[in-house]
Amino acid sequence: MSLDISNERGTPLDQQKFTWKDIAGEPYSKLDDDAFTRVRQILMHGVEQEACRFKHFAARFNPDLRLPLARVRRVDHLQATMVNWLMPGDQSPLETTIGYEQVAIEVTAHVAAVEPDPYMAQVYRFGLLEDFDHLYRYAALMDRLCGKDANNILQSYTDVMPGRPTSVEHRAPEDDLRRHYEKTQAAPLTKIHAALITGSEWQTRDYYLTVGPTFADPVARLLYAEIAAIEEQHVTQYEALSDPRETWLEKWLVQEATEVYAYWSCYCQEQNPRIKQIWERFLSYELGHLRLVRELMQEVEKRDPAELLPAEFPEPLSFSSHREFVRQTLTEEVLLRARGFDIVPPDLESPASVAYREQLNASGSPSELVAAGYRWKPGTELTDRRVREAEFVSLVQEEAAQ
Amino acid sequence: MSKNDRPTDIGINRTGIALSPVDGPRMTEGAKAMPPSSDGSARDAAVLRFRYAVEAGEIGHMPPPLSLRGVAEAAVQLLKGHKGNVLLDKLGERLAFERSGVRLYDGLILKLEASGSWEGGPTLEDLVSFRADEARHFEWMVEAMTALGADATAMTPSADLTAVESLGVLQVISDPRTGLAQALHAQQIAELADVAGWDLLSTLAGSLGHGELAAQCRLALTQENLHAASVARWLRAHVETAAHGELARAS
Repeated sequence: MSLDISNERGTPLDQQKFTWKDIAGEPYSKLDDDAFTRVRQILMHGVEQEACRFKHFAARFNPDLRLPLARVRRVDHLQATMVNWLMPGDQSPLETTIGYEQVAIEVTAHVAAVEPDPYMAQVYRFGLLEDFDHLYRYAALMDRLCGKDANNILQSYTDVMPGRPTSVEHRAPEDDLRRHYEKTQAAPLTKIHAALITGSEWQTRDYYLTVGPTFADPVARLLYAEIAAIEEQHVTQYEALSDPRETWLEKWLVQEATEVYAYWSCYCQEQNPRIKQIWERFLSYELGHLRLVRELMQEVEKRDPAELLPAEFPEPLSFSSHREFVRQTLTEEVLLRARGFDIVPPDLESPASVAYREQLNASGSPSELVAAGYRWKPGTELTDRRVREAEFVSLVQEEAAQ
Repeated sequence: MSKNDRPTDIGINRTGIALSPVDGPRMTEGAKAMPPSSDGSARDAAVLRFRYAVEAGEIGHMPPPLSLRGVAEAAVQLLKGHKGNVLLDKLGERLAFERSGVRLYDGLILKLEASGSWEGGPTLEDLVSFRADEARHFEWMVEAMTALGADATAMTPSADLTAVESLGVLQVISDPRTGLAQALHAQQIAELADVAGWDLLSTLAGSLGHGELAAQCRLALTQENLHAASVARWLRAHVETAAHGELARAS
């Protein structure tokens, strides 16, 4: 299966139209649809959000591109809304959070497994183990605060167990920067991966910052604040992978190619026919956007965009369980840390990061607290009689005794 | 598209681990084999929550009293001191609850019109009549608060919390994917809480010497008891009909 992006023309921009009924259509079923339908929905919202964000920044620096940027961005915005509105009203913010972490794990694992540049692949594996740990912490919160099982959302595709502990993921800013790819040498897929994962992580950061304070529970508020900080670090890490010397049009081209690649991947694997139609329609829209940017590049930079793009995408992004890859990475790399641009053994960790996290964790670690002694079990830890029938000890009396 | 006619996955609920005969056991074994990253239990978080509970401030307070000009002298006397605020807070709570109750019935009426009822279920007239009760109770509370010199547009702390408590009820009733019986199950929570709310308020008003208000609250209580009993009866009829496989619509 492959997609020939040089000959597919897509839907012309002036024919990309929406109605409010389209935009706020029927959501997927939290209960019946496959977990990877939710994964695709969350991922594509992140991709569209990144598309809008990129175009806003580009418009601030490129007066001559403002009109085409605004035209394409308007469609991106409506696509983002339509994709996000596929989320059902019975899915709580914490359940959606579990979905976000499943996206971060399974999509990043795929990217890490197929990324051709070994340094980039290591960076993705490094981030993967951190998002893997976030899932464990949120699952513990869901179990212990709400009495609900995270696996109702995960559908057994993704493990719930500790990764690199969130409490040690806090790093000094200089240890979150990474080396960027060289725009003239990097494979197109390397560029696409960087744009894809940056967008995904950015929406996760924004989501946690938005929903974190909607919780009343202090432990939930603390945990969202802590993990949002790591997502901010991840955005710093992943956006550093793109070559800052790319022109705005080069970056725009990569962004559109990323959207084409991602929608094509969704289209190839979607099981829900109604949602598959959305992916097909938006794939065609993105091919239209890509064509427009190719023409702009020829017109403005007098360059052939074909030199920057793959002729075709060989394999779609795999929306599937990466359990073995994640477990192997966990076994081999969980202890790794960062120092400057490099991923290093723990004894070489940057002293600046050690000092930074000691200060942040000085009054306790929310992520350690929420999952103290926690092991995920099907049906929640309350299926364990020892937990269910644990002896009651009054906190007031305990405090008084101390 | 009918709720029972999804082309992709008819009748497949994928949330349980039994639906994943290969992945499920691997996930369970993996979680069992990997120790937690730190010792302790849920009690660690409980200790922190306890400290926050001890140290936290309030959600909010009662608004300052309006001018008592024009308010009957007897009412002024009855409102003096802290007891007045307790009563006004609870009046504000019932006011908000009944006002939202009107909107909940709007949602239920829409559901019934969209998907019909069942034998022994509510009629449109039942729901329209109950909606009118909620609207009247709201009006009574506006009048009662105004007569006591309070601002009936203010959100008192209990009014705020009762709206937070009801969030899920509204979410179920307003979801176009839920049927009338599912929506009525949510409404049952509201009706049971409403009965308890009027019972409490009538007792409080009586104990503070507001005889007329207490009588009005008891009347509302009688009507809400009828609502709660009716909803329970409709739901019973629904499950019995459904269990016998005789339900055509409105699942």
